[in-house]
Amino acid sequence: MSTPTLEKSSGAPEAAQSSDDHLITLTMRVRRFNPEVSDEVTWVDYELRMDPKERVLDALHKIKWEIDGTLTFRRSCAHGICGSDAMRINGRNRLACKTLLKDINPEKPITVEPIKGLTVLKDLVVDMEPFFQAYRDVMPFLITKGNEPTRERKQSAEDRERFDDTTKCILCAACTTSCPVFWNDGQYFGPAAIVNAHRFIFDSRDEAGEQRLEILNDREGVWRCRTTFNCTDACPRGIEVTKAIQEVKRALLTRRF
Amino acid sequence: MSAESNSVDLTSSSSQYSVENPAPFIEAARARTKRTPRGGRTNFEMQAWVFMRLSGILLVVLVLGHLLIQLVLDGGVSKIGFAFVAGRWASPFWQVWDLLMLWLAMLHGANGLRTVINDYAERDNTRFWLKMVLYAATVFTVLLGTLVIFTFDPNIQ
Repeated sequence: MSTPTLEKSSGAPEAAQSSDDHLITLTMRVRRFNPEVSDEVTWVDYELRMDPKERVLDALHKIKWEIDGTLTFRRSCAHGICGSDAMRINGRNRLACKTLLKDINPEKPITVEPIKGLTVLKDLVVDMEPFFQAYRDVMPFLITKGNEPTRERKQSAEDRERFDDTTKCILCAACTTSCPVFWNDGQYFGPAAIVNAHRFIFDSRDEAGEQRLEILNDREGVWRCRTTFNCTDACPRGIEVTKAIQEVKRALLTRRF
Repeated sequence: MSAESNSVDLTSSSSQYSVENPAPFIEAARARTKRTPRGGRTNFEMQAWVFMRLSGILLVVLVLGHLLIQLVLDGGVSKIGFAFVAGRWASPFWQVWDLLMLWLAMLHGANGLRTVINDYAERDNTRFWLKMVLYAATVFTVLLGTLVIFTFDPNIQ
């Protein structure tokens, strides 16, 4: 009782061939570094057969799972929420899990390197500690005076809208590690820390705005920003990072926030 | 043992490091540490930033006006000579104009270069000496220019 359809799929290698048609051959050029074997950095090319609608992260998975298990990179959720897999893809900071292969010209080799300005520990993994140190320095938590209210702290929709953009940050470090000032001087707070300070400075419920502004008034604070807009271009969440930094500068000048 | 570790072999795991003997920690260049000196509670960077904006606006007027007068109006550059300068500096208005332009342009430029040095000089020593050279050149030029504007003698022999 075999139908023609069944006949076809059971019998033919052409069917496998045609299901392979949508795949393309591409080259992933990955910057490899392992301090336990060599001080030298090497660029390694991997030839892959991939669906162009897949993501760079899928290509890295294919390399790690099928070609070279020593390739090291970070990823957790793989869906653009956790911010673990920020890397420099074709010279731009992106999330590997949000970048489709077809969008970055897979006809040429796709270069993948760790984000710049932080110490590379292995392959695509960097030491994020300086980044998180700057984040901790701006006190990214609600600070209030007086007794705790028995109900929730209420806020109008307009007050919430004031800092809505900067609540989207996932701390992937794409902005901070795209900043030329940060590349040259790791003591600069960096865009991400300023964005997260902005989130609380402009929150009507928070009462430590002055303190945070004073921290960002530092020699290594907001005044080192050169408004190159690299951070805004790099942000995978579309946060207007440079605008947020400028708003913090304005708040420092006018003391109104 | 350490000599052997130079050979590149990404496939085999290195036996050199273990839990008891971990790989050395690599410090990032100029990372923020607990020992990093905190800038005091001064507003210097903010004042410098505001100064750049304000002096920039003033300089647009001063410099473009200066260029217009010197190079375009009244026969252009060919008219400039000792007599032309002497005639202009006889008026306090042009003295103030040129003095303001000198001070603002020098401080604006010096502050710009200061930020460039801060951004790009990587070693503390390099940064310090580049800034010292910059400050010396700035002070010298500003003082010399001010001296000339105030002590200019049109009857010099």
